[in-house]
Amino acid sequence: MTQKISVVENILNANDRIAQENYTRLENAGVFSINILASPGAGKTSLIEQTLPRLKDRLRVAAIDGDIATSIDSDRAAAAGALAAIQINTGGDCHLDAVMLHGALEQLTLPEYDLLIVENVGNLVCPANFKLGTHKTVLVASVPEGDDKPYKYPGTYRGVDVLIINKIDLLPYVKFNMDYFERGVQVLNPGVKTYHTSCTTGEGLDAWADWLVENAKKRRFSP
Amino acid sequence: MHELSVTESLLKIAVGHAEKADARRVTDLHIVIGDLASMVDESIQFYWDIIARDTIAEGATLHFRRVPAELQCNTCGEKYHPTDKELVCPKCGGVGAKIIAGEEFALESIDVE
Repeated sequence: MTQKISVVENILNANDRIAQENYTRLENAGVFSINILASPGAGKTSLIEQTLPRLKDRLRVAAIDGDIATSIDSDRAAAAGALAAIQINTGGDCHLDAVMLHGALEQLTLPEYDLLIVENVGNLVCPANFKLGTHKTVLVASVPEGDDKPYKYPGTYRGVDVLIINKIDLLPYVKFNMDYFERGVQVLNPGVKTYHTSCTTGEGLDAWADWLVENAKKRRFSP
Repeated sequence: MHELSVTESLLKIAVGHAEKADARRVTDLHIVIGDLASMVDESIQFYWDIIARDTIAEGATLHFRRVPAELQCNTCGEKYHPTDKELVCPKCGGVGAKIIAGEEFALESIDVE
């Protein structure tokens, strides 16, 4: 005999629960944490490399880098001044999930840091579904990717707290309609904090670094 | 390929509920997926056929109910379905909207024996 059982359970509940644990842990340790999303080649690692020297003597930073293979990214973060750099190789998975971050957090003495930068796997689809438990999610878009990305990846664009439009120095050379791009972003994510940056010219990077310092200090010194 | 981890969760939830009900077998799963959830039915089905083997849910049929994306304009209140080329409100051109449907991703019910 067949019987129907009502379930109504969010399929990602298990991940969301672990993400909540990660969040509590980071919060209790007073570490401000960000999850950086982008497509491959948007400049996540370069951005981190250019950001770290601007945080020198201001914040103690740990970096966790997610990649399908290799430790190139964590090596670059360590060379640029991260006090700790941990590589998570996902072994083929296209995203980090809360369990992977949970494991990486185990390897850090969290109260020794003011800021944790988590660099997700380069991908605009999958990471959006898996909350990690960081305080903020940052999306690095880049001008050469094209202005249609908010329309093609609404799932990613609607869920971020900060949008960085990188490689802004290439605007004169590529077809990129900033109005069309920003309109798509604003429909899904009205008022999202936005920085225009270039890791080549340094444009916008000081303001972005200041935002990190401001948020990390708030967390560290607020009761 | 995030569908693999997702399908593993799906299996765990379905088997958990079936065992609670002392069922011998799960025959059907009813899944709801919003168009904004970035999940591909075929891909979930593909992984399902592999990972459900040797469980009480082996061979179960997956039923997908797709929910189209629907936005509500923050300016004029119009409800509309966005296209893949334009997201602004078709009535007033307003920018800024609430997502009222399309983000669902849940297991609604299972049929068991």
